Amino acid sequence: MLILTCPCCHVTAEETEFHGGGEAHLKRVGPDGAEGDFESYLFMRQNPKGVHLERWRHVYGCGKWFHMARDTATLEVFGSYAAQTLAPPDHIVDAIRKRHPDWQWPAAS
Amino acid sequence: MKKYSVFAVAREAMRHHTGWTRAWRDAQPKKRYDVIIVGAGGHGLATAYYLGKNFGITNVAVLEKGWLGGGNTGRNTTIIRSNYLQDPSAAIYEKARSLYETMSQDLNYNVMFSPRGVIMLAQTEHEVRGYKRTAHANALQGVSTEFIGPDRVKQLVPIINLDGPRYPVLGGLWQARGGTARHDAVAWGYARACSDMGMDIIQKCEVTGVRQTGGKVTGVSTTRGDIDCDKLGFVVAGHSGQLANMAGFRLPIESVALQALVSEPIKPCMDVVVMANTVHGYMSQSDKGEMVIGGGTDGHNNYTQRGSFHHIEETVRALVETFPMISRLKMLRQWGGIVDVTGDRSPILSKTPVEGVFINGGWGTGGFKAIPGSGWGFAELMAKGHSPLTDAFGLERFAEGRFIDESVAAGVAH
Ligand SMILES: Cc1cc2nc3c(=O)[nH]c(=O)nc-3n(C[C@H](O)[C@H](O)[C@H](O)COP(=O)(O)OP(=O)(O)OC[C@H]3O[C@@H](n4cnc5c(N)ncnc54)[C@H](O)[C@@H]3O)c2cc1C
Ligand SMILES: [Zn+2]
Repeated sequence: MLILTCPCCHVTAEETEFHGGGEAHLKRVGPDGAEGDFESYLFMRQNPKGVHLERWRHVYGCGKWFHMARDTATLEVFGSYAAQTLAPPDHIVDAIRKRHPDWQWPAAS
Repeated sequence: MKKYSVFAVAREAMRHHTGWTRAWRDAQPKKRYDVIIVGAGGHGLATAYYLGKNFGITNVAVLEKGWLGGGNTGRNTTIIRSNYLQDPSAAIYEKARSLYETMSQDLNYNVMFSPRGVIMLAQTEHEVRGYKRTAHANALQGVSTEFIGPDRVKQLVPIINLDGPRYPVLGGLWQARGGTARHDAVAWGYARACSDMGMDIIQKCEVTGVRQTGGKVTGVSTTRGDIDCDKLGFVVAGHSGQLANMAGFRLPIESVALQALVSEPIKPCMDVVVMANTVHGYMSQSDKGEMVIGGGTDGHNNYTQRGSFHHIEETVRALVETFPMISRLKMLRQWGGIVDVTGDRSPILSKTPVEGVFINGGWGTGGFKAIPGSGWGFAELMAKGHSPLTDAFGLERFAEGRFIDESVAAGVAH
């Protein structure tokens, strides 16, 4: 059971109060986007064994969406942050790099 | 390879079982193979087996980072059925189910296939309509299933409670030739047959990189050195994304934990498999007498091979409502596996952006039942470049919007 903190209402609660929403920071592609970008936005996922930036919703609380950084190989939660950001904020990156000094985002490919 | 038979058992009994030999060789990696399969689970081993048996390709290595069958193949609840909705699914799952019927004879290895029958309970009006539709589709596909009423369900499963307060049983989709098999034996039987054809099954050999020149694969790097190959198959279930990453492409797959548990053994009380998709639980009784129970996946990406306790609680709560007598059973063991889930709940058997690299993954929560059919089709795809069994399951279906939507057939993990 994960213990998560909602950055919107600052409640810390068990995972069952929340609902996972998959990979965060996906760039939304509109009707005039290229086909490959559209496919990528809809279906392709990083699915890393390690640091995952993801969306969660505080369904049985304030109802708001937020972002979170978590390690899928250890289930360690590095912290949560507002959904209205295009990249993870510095304090989250610092927390992640304590464990994964070489971590880069977006992943070099 | 020494043939297993009643005479062999008798002969060994006379000499205190001193004459049994290893079922497969503990091979060392060679410098080069025609084909390398990554992952010695059921699908990888079945692929190797049919490469040899159907196409005469035997210069093959199967590389496994842990031990043979130690992934999902050795962790699943072994439900075998082929009552899917879409034609491509029915084709590959029914091919697999029919191959299970004769697998023990074909492999000369007892995989304990037990076609005891599988019921998928309909507990809402929506499910009744859905399963009737599936039964009609199955009739057209030549897959033998039928929709049965509550009385018939009760006859087949005397321990069931038909009128639960929340979800009364309104009927069920019944596949009489579905059932279970011994998971380890499926992996071991294929491994023995592959080894006998001269293939190398190499355990404790993790693939750490994919080598390529000019967009074409040349080999892999492993924890036991570099190995060259002409063709490479990724058959690694939950680790599909990792292997794709090594080769430089992405997949429409996410890895999540799926759990199962077994009770203490009790006397025989249920001789069919029952799945309750609305409440998220399913159950069968093993030959040892344990009630084998499974449920849904966890709600977040996970590589830890263990799941959350609240999911077990959810599953057990739902099953106690449907089978009140299990409320007093003690649970013995619980475990998890990392399953590879795609957006349309159908697998990917495909070429990839790297020439010579093929992928067989995305079987998610329900690939044990497909092992022989998947191996059959994927071997053909790797040998000839296409296969009638796998053509619809290509990666391009996501770009083309040509999904094989099985989110209903696979409503619960199984
Ligand atoms: C709890 C649970 C219950 C299930 N119940 C059912 C069921 O009732 N019916 C059903 O049909 N299906 C069921 N499934 C699904 C089924 O188990 C899987 O779909 C199927 O076993 C997948 O087989 P596989 O050979 O593709 O993968 P696996 O058996 O997982 O084999 C993949 C192998 O690849 C290896 N590997 C990974 N990375 C590397 C690397 N870098 N180098 C070398 N080797 C690597 C792994 O160690 C592993 O052994 C269940 C799954 C789980 C977890
Ligand atoms: Zn909140």
